[in-house]
Amino acid sequence: MTDITAGGVSPPIRRVEFETAESKARLRRRYRSEARFKAYGIAALVVAAAFLFALLSSIVMRGIPGFFQHYLVADVLVDAAKIDPEGKGDAATLRAGDYTAVARAALAEAIPGVEGRQLKRELNGLLSSGAGDALREMVVADPSLVGQRVKAPLLLADEADVFLKTSGTKIRVISDTRGIATPSATTGEISILVGANDFADDVALVKAELKALADSIDETIARRKARGATVESLADLEREATELRRRHAAAATSERLDAKTASRLVAINGGLVKVKEMTPTLVKGEVIIPLKSTADAAPGTWEIRVYETPESNRNLNDRGLAFLEELKAKGLVESQFNFAFFTRGDSREAELAGIQGALVGSILTLLVTIGLCLPIGVLAAIYLEEFAPKNRITELIEININNLAAVPSIVFGLLGLAVFLNFFGMPRSAPLVGGLVLALLVLPTIIIASRAALKSVPPSIREAALGVGASKQQAVFHHVLPLAMPGIMTGTIIGMAHALGETAPLLMIGMIAFIVDVPSSLTQAATVLPVQIFLWSDLPEPAFKMKTAAAIIVLLAVLFLMNGLAIWLRKKFERRW
Amino acid sequence: MNKATLLAVSIVSGLALTTAAEARDQIRIVGSSTVYPFTTAVAEQFGKASGGKTPVVESTGTGGGMKIFCEGVGVDKADGTNASRRIKKSEFELCDKNGVKDIIELTVGYDGLTIAQSKDGPQVALTRKQVFQALAEKVPNDKGELVDNPYKNWSDIDPSLPNIKIEVLGPPPTSGTRDSFHELFMEKGAEGFDSLKAMKADKATEKDFEKIWKSIRKDGAYVEAGENDNVIVQKLEGNKNAFGIFGFSFLEENADKLKGVAIEGADPTFDNISGGKYKGARPLFVYFKKAHIGVIPGLDKFIAEYTSEKALGTEGYLTEKGLVALPKDAFEKSAKAANEGVTLKADELK
Repeated sequence: MTDITAGGVSPPIRRVEFETAESKARLRRRYRSEARFKAYGIAALVVAAAFLFALLSSIVMRGIPGFFQHYLVADVLVDAAKIDPEGKGDAATLRAGDYTAVARAALAEAIPGVEGRQLKRELNGLLSSGAGDALREMVVADPSLVGQRVKAPLLLADEADVFLKTSGTKIRVISDTRGIATPSATTGEISILVGANDFADDVALVKAELKALADSIDETIARRKARGATVESLADLEREATELRRRHAAAATSERLDAKTASRLVAINGGLVKVKEMTPTLVKGEVIIPLKSTADAAPGTWEIRVYETPESNRNLNDRGLAFLEELKAKGLVESQFNFAFFTRGDSREAELAGIQGALVGSILTLLVTIGLCLPIGVLAAIYLEEFAPKNRITELIEININNLAAVPSIVFGLLGLAVFLNFFGMPRSAPLVGGLVLALLVLPTIIIASRAALKSVPPSIREAALGVGASKQQAVFHHVLPLAMPGIMTGTIIGMAHALGETAPLLMIGMIAFIVDVPSSLTQAATVLPVQIFLWSDLPEPAFKMKTAAAIIVLLAVLFLMNGLAIWLRKKFERRW
Repeated sequence: MNKATLLAVSIVSGLALTTAAEARDQIRIVGSSTVYPFTTAVAEQFGKASGGKTPVVESTGTGGGMKIFCEGVGVDKADGTNASRRIKKSEFELCDKNGVKDIIELTVGYDGLTIAQSKDGPQVALTRKQVFQALAEKVPNDKGELVDNPYKNWSDIDPSLPNIKIEVLGPPPTSGTRDSFHELFMEKGAEGFDSLKAMKADKATEKDFEKIWKSIRKDGAYVEAGENDNVIVQKLEGNKNAFGIFGFSFLEENADKLKGVAIEGADPTFDNISGGKYKGARPLFVYFKKAHIGVIPGLDKFIAEYTSEKALGTEGYLTEKGLVALPKDAFEKSAKAANEGVTLKADELK
């Protein structure tokens, strides 16, 4: 902008015109360009934040139910005959007692009188196979409970738990019944005669469903005919449609309910009957919860309950659902925080599966990793940065360390398999081997971070130390290293966080495994958090999906903690020059 | 700090040296991820009942498992392997070469490979020939010549099928489920064409035939949805016109959202698969080393638990996990192999 005047003769002053329309337009263009760039930046940030928010909120929403668990909280009689028949009272006997039987007895007390093997199976199926575990701990801790009644939480099975968590079906209750209902018996297959046509609406509904079904089949037939399908190929469908229409048209005859229509139950005289056949005034069905008597029930004292979701579309069948609703109505079902999730190892029963095994495995593995990585990485960095002569060889090493940091992690797994397992004969699935492999994986990261931290210490510190007569080693270890430590720690923790999230290299050394026992040493079989997540996500039971999300939350929490520690260390010990 | 880390290093290296020749009191099983959910359930029951250590079950895939299984005999080698197909002759020979001579084969049940769709999707029944036509890269046209797959909609294949785009979500080529899909659906479907059947019968064109049923079209009609079957289930919920390929247990556990497509008129149900009516089913196997029985504590009891009525029977706990139980005679054969230690012979394999 400014012209330098040389010599005495002033050259013609070149005026830069800021006021012309052209220059104003140019200025505006530059401002606009800048504003655009800022807008792109903000847009990018917003998009990234939105994705992060969507991801985190989806994980949290799915994961939170995984931390809770439904229990049947009932008065349990700790039956001495089942726990300790000989009255020994020592811990081993108490531990070996049949607590499942005790839990089942408590359930049978909550819903008394259930008969028939099939019905009993359905009822007991509501309880987890580990239902008595909490009770066992209580009794072992306090042997005086034997023979007493205690309030104990009994774990529900995963189907019931998931059903309660997702509120599986809508239940419509028709309580303004108009007729007097007379049941024929209290258990087994019974019929109920009703004084008014209370079931007329329901029969009409079912018939409407049948007609809709028949219509849709007819449509299919018409469509296929139009496209030239042969008559024989349609015979089956036509038969089915005709049958449906016949059922729809037959006004007075009874209507059969199946798994594809909404389920209907009748609650009468303290019992529950699943309807199998109905006419407007008579229903036939199977007793799920026994009736108290065969007395006539006055209008309004009995009710019809409709489970809107057909049985075939649910994971919990009518009987299980009826029992569960009954327990809920008695106020015996409670949702509690699932502490066992943090104190158990893996299990194939979703309600029993916990992450302690994986958590301990991760900690053991990381201990080995950090125990190897930190000294080797830091010492290597110090040597390379402070002592090594700068020549071809050190340059080559430096380049290779950088290359090593970019090698895919599965390669380290293969290396671990070939060297540690096959050559040294170390055990498969052991945290020791996992830690060694992960140490190889993060070593380059730590060396690079440590070198950067050492480099950032100003030369004046070294020179001052050398100036007062310190040896080079003293200068490095007494002055440079302490100042570089925050940077080194940050790098190490980030490296560890990286190692915590790895699964691929562990595949090769057998850590992708089902391990129930929580590992207690470096050579016992173990798995780690991300592997546990991977394994659970692959199982078909819906309850494991919640567990997966819950385990992801735990992993994320550990990662946040580690990264938070790194930031805190940096802030606390950071020096600026 | 330096002293502490030095100590850590010495501990770690010390442990590494001492563990090498330690005796083992825990059963180790490797192999297929399809059989994993069942073997783990048995392992857990076994661990609970015996009070000892629960066996470790690794999920390595069938092929990977066979490799580890056949490494040799000894306490540092696996005791058993899960397989979603029968052991191959080449694998048997590898085992034999490495000293794994006596192998106990247990058929544990069936896994139905199902094609499923959203509950809200249109009612569809397929034949394996139609599946082949929908998904193969090259299909025979009316004149029997092989052409690039021209079918865009299901109704292009057969007018009785709905007029919706062909969209099938399935496993990637690395998956054992994908191998089974090729063998159970694509190969059998291809054999439905006379021209292709002739190709198979002829030694000269046998390899070309194999190439035809092993190639899946790449124009977007088949979507590789990853190894995880749950992902496919989730995607089907959102897209009612799409179909998914996965194991029967996933269909059963997600009965509230999905319905299975009938193949040759048979719905994928427990009874149809067990009775052999449903054609898309494969047997599952577990292999054990006879030489390890008596050396690894509890291995014989574990095998007995696996083949017990309460695990494998039609009412057993494995059926609750989605395993389709064996018919009576096959179950008895497995139980017999387990009890008497019947070993596999080379000439039984192909």
